Amino acid sequence: MRDPDLAREATRQLTICNACRYCEGYCAVFPALELRQTFTGGDIAYLASLCHDCRACYYACMYAPPHPFAVNLPRTLAAVRTDTYRRHTWPAVLGQLHSRSTAAAVVAAGVALLVTLWAAWLAGERLFQVHTGPGAFYRVIPHWAMLVVGLGLGGYWMAVWAIAGVRFWRESTTGAMRVQARALGLAAWDVLRLRWLGGGDAGCPYPTERPSQSRRISHGLVFYGFLAAFASTTSAAIYQELLGRLPPYPVVSLPVLLGSAGGVAMIAGCLGLWQQKRHSDQAPAAAETLGSDYVFLIALGMTNVTGMLTLFLRQTPLMGVTLAVHLGTVAGLYVTAAHGKFIHAVYRVLALVRSRAEQRTGHLPLEVAPAARHHAGAIDPDGSVPPQ
Amino acid sequence: MTAQASSHVDVVVAGGGNAALCAALAARARGATVAVLERAPQHMRGGNSRHTRNLRCAHDAPHAYVTGVYTEEEFLDDLLGVTGHATNHDLARLLVRESATVPDWMAAQGVRWQPPLAGTLALHRTNLFFLGGGKALLNTYYARAERLGVWIRYETAVTDLLLDGRRLEGVRLADGTVLRARAAVIATGGFEADLGWLAEYWGPAAHNFLVRGTPYNDGAMLRLLLRCGARCAGDPREFHGVAIDARAPKYDGGIVTRVDAIPFGIVVNRLGHRFYDEGEQLWPKRYAIWGKLIAQQPDQIAFVVLDARAIRRFIPPLFPPITAPSLVELAGQLEAQFGVDRQALVRTIEEFNRAAAHNTRIVPDVLDGACTRNLDPPKSNWALPVATPPFFAFPLRPGVTFTYMGVAVDAAARVLRQDGVPFHNLYAAGEIMAGNILTRGYLAGIGMTIGTVFGRIAGTHAAAHA
Repeated sequence: MRDPDLAREATRQLTICNACRYCEGYCAVFPALELRQTFTGGDIAYLASLCHDCRACYYACMYAPPHPFAVNLPRTLAAVRTDTYRRHTWPAVLGQLHSRSTAAAVVAAGVALLVTLWAAWLAGERLFQVHTGPGAFYRVIPHWAMLVVGLGLGGYWMAVWAIAGVRFWRESTTGAMRVQARALGLAAWDVLRLRWLGGGDAGCPYPTERPSQSRRISHGLVFYGFLAAFASTTSAAIYQELLGRLPPYPVVSLPVLLGSAGGVAMIAGCLGLWQQKRHSDQAPAAAETLGSDYVFLIALGMTNVTGMLTLFLRQTPLMGVTLAVHLGTVAGLYVTAAHGKFIHAVYRVLALVRSRAEQRTGHLPLEVAPAARHHAGAIDPDGSVPPQ
Repeated sequence: MTAQASSHVDVVVAGGGNAALCAALAARARGATVAVLERAPQHMRGGNSRHTRNLRCAHDAPHAYVTGVYTEEEFLDDLLGVTGHATNHDLARLLVRESATVPDWMAAQGVRWQPPLAGTLALHRTNLFFLGGGKALLNTYYARAERLGVWIRYETAVTDLLLDGRRLEGVRLADGTVLRARAAVIATGGFEADLGWLAEYWGPAAHNFLVRGTPYNDGAMLRLLLRCGARCAGDPREFHGVAIDARAPKYDGGIVTRVDAIPFGIVVNRLGHRFYDEGEQLWPKRYAIWGKLIAQQPDQIAFVVLDARAIRRFIPPLFPPITAPSLVELAGQLEAQFGVDRQALVRTIEEFNRAAAHNTRIVPDVLDGACTRNLDPPKSNWALPVATPPFFAFPLRPGVTFTYMGVAVDAAARVLRQDGVPFHNLYAAGEIMAGNILTRGYLAGIGMTIGTVFGRIAGTHAAAHA
């Protein structure tokens, strides 16, 4: 960890949690913790990324502040996540965007503005004309310009993510572990159903102490909406490159149906997450992460709003402007995705894979194990499982 | 209709832990207006229930949250076993019978359980675990009580009971105000936080004890009830205590201060001598005796000494062990920090190692018979030499968990007077009356069972006065 004080504090709190273990039924963090007796910086980064910030452990903790033991795991692990994102950022100089949200917002907005102006300049006098029929979009902004943004910035985003993922995977003590296909399948299922945002069936104490499913729903809208938008882009590429059909596509077509469903879902999800964040209990929150969360929600929301506007206005003289702005917001989103909150997806998925791979039985909390093994001996009499 | 800010309620509940909240919820379910008076501030609410994790209940079939079968007969046998039959049999049978209905009632209040995890333990057959532990359980109860209109006051101590013969008229609060009530449930826990009171039985040694739970269980209500003529139940000298890290805070260290290392090492006192068989029995059957054993040592302190082979065999405790590359240096550290007799300690370990030299491996979770030869006291199982560097030590003190003395009650949880006649409308539940049933010994999770069962009984009967 960059910050030795944070490393010390996280180790101190995790040691208390590992001696207590009352929260082991809440999530995947505690069973992963219990497999370890000491923690390297990489282990702490892994545990932090396994934490979904549901806060159940905070409200359940008899050692939460003002107790002298002062355990506040959600806040501490959120700070560790920011530290982890910073450490694994390539190029290193941009790592600080994770903790300096104003700078991150300025960079993303700057890129968005530049790309918008560049696209408008390329369009020239065609910007305010009505264009319809196959290839209409490319008559305003040339195809190659869109490819430059899509493949260039998109490729950069993917490179940043890949480097972060490799560095993160390698730094945990079990970095060389073999991942079985079954663990991979279970982890994929965990990811696809947003397993740990549900708190079992009762929901999580987020945004406030009362258990609720609201974040799982909002996050689901963003997550599935994003997948739908990705599927939309893929189907459009197939239409164009394999079937030779150029956009715009009719309203009843795979790209438009998937794209608009995804767009509406993401807008609704972003609004929901924004609301919850605004009203969330600040005691278990880490102040330094909030700004980064908001920047990402704005970037994603704006991209979808401009995308929907392009769909609605595509047969009017405003199509060119909205398309240029949409291309700009996409570019801004790619920068935010590479250097902002969105990167949690990489860490989260890898942490879930590791968690499933290192649990010998594959079972995790809130999943009833078939036949519990009967331990007779060296156990903690108050009911914890001893180290194996 | 709530009891908010009124000077009169149907049922007043003194205390804010598991038994108190069960009583409040049960009374409210009967339509009574209820006030809960919790002495502690809100963040410390819940007494020792904050530090609990599970409760014991009889069940005829396994289900999602409990393994195997635990019949009422077996539960009763376990209870008779640990108390040596010294129990109020009627109340014990009532407890066991009612325990079977507790899980459904708790689930109806919104309580969630922890499923037995893979590689789980013996306790999951007899005990149900609250998801997140006792504080999470209390959060659920408090949230539900608030929703149902129970009036909850924190930092509110009852200082007097207004009695007219056998009938309670109300309670006086610390600020001098009087709250009139048709019935009262006293659920204020034991007196283990008042070390001065324990010193009456244990002498000045008691001041070296650490209190594992809340500092608020000072027994003030127990004193008040006894002064008002309640009959005493349970042995005043007895307390349940375990070995905890000597560096733990004086109060409220809870579960994390426990040290489960004893079966894998040797335990010496400040004079450097061993004093009890560390491998006498499986740890769950013996861990509860070490609090008292250490209470009887000079300065009420002891040290468990381990080597590198033993250190990974138990759950890592809160505080790091005192560590040294050789036994001589470890003994030197213990002398410098705690005044241990260094030379005697080294001699003790060498002597132990000679007596255990023939053992090369142990089997941790069974009685493996790997014992010492010609050593007093012996170590009957898991006796490996303490010989592989580095070496480790944890300082230990008695950690008092709960006391046994309380007030006598009848099957309706009414407090009994000295003459055996119950008070008309004064009830007790939880640790303050657990001594009727658990007079000595320990059964994991039974305190929460007593609190839930008798809290419900007390609340239900108290509501009938409304």
